[in-house]
Amino acid sequence: MEFLSYLINGISLGSIYAIIALGYTMVYGIAKMLNFAHGDVIMVGGYVVFYATNFARSSLLGDNPSALASGLSTLVCVILAMVVCGVLGVIIEALAYKPLRRAGSLAVLITAIGVSYFLQNAAQLLFGANPKNFTPVVSGQLTLFGGQLRISFVALLTIVACVVIMVALTLFTGRSKMGKAMRACSEDQGAAQLMGINVNSTISMTFAIGSALAAIAGVLMCSYSPVLQPTTGSMPGIKAFTAAVFGGIGSIPGAFLGGILLGIIEAIAQAYISTQLSNAILFAVLIVVLLVKPSGLLGKYVPEKV
Amino acid sequence: MKQYFKTMKTATKVDYATYAGVVLAFVIVMLCQSMGLLSRSITGMLVPICCYICMSLSLNLTVGVLGELSLGHAGFMSVGAFTGIITSMCLSASVSSELVRIVLSLVVGTIFAAVVGLVVGIPVLRLRGDYLAIVTLAFGEIIKDIINCLLVGWDERGLHIALNFDGTKSIDSLGLSENGIEIIKGAQGASGNDRIATFVVGFVLVMITLIVVLNLVRSRTGRAVMAIRDNRIAAESVGINVTKYKLIAFVTSAALAGAAGALFGLNYSSVSAAQFDFNTSILVLVYVVLGGLGNMWGSIIATVVLYVLPEALRQFSDYRMLVYAIVLILVMLATHNPILRSFFTRLFRREKEDGSAVRAVKGGGSHE
Amino acid sequence: MKKTRILSLAMTGALCLSLLAGCGGGNGGTSETPASGTPAAENTSSAAAGEASGTFTIGMIGPLTGGAAIYGTAVANAAQIAVEEINALGGPVQLELITQDDTNDAETAVNAYNNLMDQGMQILLGTVTTQPALAVVPYTYDERVFTLTPSGSGDDVIEGNDNVYQVCFTDSNQGTRSAQYIDENFENPQIAIIYKNDDQYSQGIRDNFVAEAENRGMSIVYEGTFTEASQTDFNNQLTAAQSAGADMIFLPIYYTPASVILTQANAMGYEPTFFGVDGMDGILTVDGFDTSLAEGVYLLTPFSADAEDEATQAFVTEYQSRFEDIPNQFAADAYDGIYIIYEAIQAAGVTSDMSNEEICDALIAAMGDLSVVGLTSAGSEMTWDDNGAVSKDPAAVIIENGVYVTP
Repeated sequence: MEFLSYLINGISLGSIYAIIALGYTMVYGIAKMLNFAHGDVIMVGGYVVFYATNFARSSLLGDNPSALASGLSTLVCVILAMVVCGVLGVIIEALAYKPLRRAGSLAVLITAIGVSYFLQNAAQLLFGANPKNFTPVVSGQLTLFGGQLRISFVALLTIVACVVIMVALTLFTGRSKMGKAMRACSEDQGAAQLMGINVNSTISMTFAIGSALAAIAGVLMCSYSPVLQPTTGSMPGIKAFTAAVFGGIGSIPGAFLGGILLGIIEAIAQAYISTQLSNAILFAVLIVVLLVKPSGLLGKYVPEKV
Repeated sequence: MKQYFKTMKTATKVDYATYAGVVLAFVIVMLCQSMGLLSRSITGMLVPICCYICMSLSLNLTVGVLGELSLGHAGFMSVGAFTGIITSMCLSASVSSELVRIVLSLVVGTIFAAVVGLVVGIPVLRLRGDYLAIVTLAFGEIIKDIINCLLVGWDERGLHIALNFDGTKSIDSLGLSENGIEIIKGAQGASGNDRIATFVVGFVLVMITLIVVLNLVRSRTGRAVMAIRDNRIAAESVGINVTKYKLIAFVTSAALAGAAGALFGLNYSSVSAAQFDFNTSILVLVYVVLGGLGNMWGSIIATVVLYVLPEALRQFSDYRMLVYAIVLILVMLATHNPILRSFFTRLFRREKEDGSAVRAVKGGGSHE
Repeated sequence: MKKTRILSLAMTGALCLSLLAGCGGGNGGTSETPASGTPAAENTSSAAAGEASGTFTIGMIGPLTGGAAIYGTAVANAAQIAVEEINALGGPVQLELITQDDTNDAETAVNAYNNLMDQGMQILLGTVTTQPALAVVPYTYDERVFTLTPSGSGDDVIEGNDNVYQVCFTDSNQGTRSAQYIDENFENPQIAIIYKNDDQYSQGIRDNFVAEAENRGMSIVYEGTFTEASQTDFNNQLTAAQSAGADMIFLPIYYTPASVILTQANAMGYEPTFFGVDGMDGILTVDGFDTSLAEGVYLLTPFSADAEDEATQAFVTEYQSRFEDIPNQFAADAYDGIYIIYEAIQAAGVTSDMSNEEICDALIAAMGDLSVVGLTSAGSEMTWDDNGAVSKDPAAVIIENGVYVTP
């Protein structure tokens, strides 16, 4: 029974990593850059929802709002955060990454680090260094086996949201016109352009979607571990990057699988081996997997051409 | 003599200019210091700047010359720092000369970092691109976590080492005798160390690093490494042993980072493993990319400027790091945007003829 | 000495009254005597040689940016309030405060220290956190700069440095005291400890707690750790503690991760007794935190923003109006710290044109006899031993109905 609760902890944490990793992987697949500022967009999403729900609670809803009203207002806040983060993502891309599109990927990487510093410090000046305690979007827990196993609704919501997002993204990139354009751009930007695809707007769209996903990840992450501060996004950002590579960077199911596995390994290592070494164990597993499968779990192996 | 300079290759000229520049900078700093022109802030930054110059030179060997992105370079620095501190503290009773202790600590730090570099390098270098980057990141984090569990003490019976994996041990578990020294206390790191590093040692270390790196790059080995960077398959086809040359570059880079770390460790009375995290690796990577991949004098200048910048921005108080971020983004845009770059090249047309300058501006191209 | 002490007690009592009137805090007739409830203090050696005068430059080093910025900004803000209050008294001793950021990093802290020395710092209030303090303190020791750390609680910070004093409890003091308290007040508790193993503060308290608990034969059933990088998720540690049968969780950590632990334990439906130390103070002020979760939490605290004495109320009101935040224990320590420095300057009779070394030695001599009542001493007097550790007994309180109550 303990094992099951560790497993569920791991899966729900992993789902958060997976949602972030999906954003990472999409941007990587198309722009071929590691967007280190992605984690900080999560933090921005968290703050937007925090302030929007507080505003809604204090001035729009009455003292005793109905469940429907408060649920709806939360939903509106989440959508607002997605819009804000989406726009932020597009602005960051246009100002900081677009001018460097033809420079090497390392140059963009450093710029992304600069953007990350910028967002963190701007957030500290705007919102203060004091951590905010985020009220989970849903509360309560599910009790199974006569109280032996308890699963919080936040964990369930996270897992469901992650699966839905993964399926939706797979369908979107596989079926829709925009999705096909994205795949074409990731394959060969020059050829895509020749086929009449607007590469610039496709990349902007990718950033918008990736950042909107980051907003959802922010809400879920802050519901799961309720502390929100300017540095909230950086560590999950790195973990999610690891997850994306673990699953095979550029692959949507890979990011999902990588995220979930990362969460499970972390939880099991913390529970049964050592909380001190859980990170080290996690990374050791990652190294072993990459040595056996050098392009990640579901990554495509592209043979080098001479 | 004049004839000798004329027939010299451009690359060699640049190398000599780099040596001359470093020596000149050292002489100027020493002169200013002896005349009391340097403020406390600057004097205090001299040794860490030397350490970071060595770090960025050594990382440039991996990223610029070998062409592999490493995100765990601070891990080697950490190994060097802690082994250096252990050596220095163990010898504090028996060796009175500080210089001897520094040199021995640096040597030990270098050797241990090289060994770790070899252990890390053998599996890591089989991978490519971002997969390699993530594995170096992973190794950096693993090194950090292991040092976080490390308990080391010294008494007349010798060195006591314990690993605190289950979180229940503390420094008392080592059972040190009365006059024992507690050297590393797990995650709390090493504190109460002797601060024996000096700027002169830092300068010597920078010169040694520079000589090692430049000679390696200009040698047969260096050309083989660069051939692998530019086209691995072509290099392999002409009979270059890819694994061997990659390992040479990687281990040298790790060893030099270990030396830098040892000096760093000897400069502070309190050092913890958390200081050498992912962010430190990234910081050094920023120095390298901004200075230009494969460009050693660029690394040196970028390190000095970027290390001093946050300190120089102290007058902005709360806005300090925000301004730093903006400057970083703007500099990257200015140096790597094609339109701005061609504007600058037209402005300084002569630089274009200089081979290394062109490579400096090309930045990042090798990592794909 | 006794006579002058009583005399000066009365005099400072009067001074405090006028100070309070200046702050505009309406006297609601609290149970505290005016003298013991005020930040200004009795000065035991006012008869010391010379009259203190001049403008002293006090440097402050703390994390103003980065993950630990909350602590540094609290100290900087509160110190600024205290300095302005003292300057407004118009006495011969005036203070000038310069603050520098160390981003909670030992290396940057040394740079910050050098920068402050360039600006002519004479006395250091800092550093805020222990790790940077360990890097800076050897410099202040060598260069004879009098150092008072508001919240760098590590035992190593003051150990062997005659010029370094603390406002807060030492870690060993708190760890031992917590174990004693739990042993005396709970019947055979099954204790789990969750601590932050890359933090001097947390590790130090844990080590002393465990040592004392072993002496007393207490039962520790689980120990879980976390680090800076993993302080957002405790579900696994909590599940493990629960399945190990722990009915009490000892949390020698700061209140930010503690608030996560309380929230996540609640979401799991796990309800042990939580026992925190002084870092737990502030938990009720976390923006958006459901304070009902903190009901029944024990903590050792020197300061409570809800305390009803006038000094605290005046300070909290001033802090809130300026910074729109409720001050935490760090702020209170810093506020006291500035007053302690002020009192020590007056007691030592130093003037600002003296060299740092002269000031330092005179202040060290004065600290031995100094006793100060501040926001963080719960009405009693703070005194210092030769090592620099403060003597004020950590008092355990329990949170009931959103306020601290002595159990």
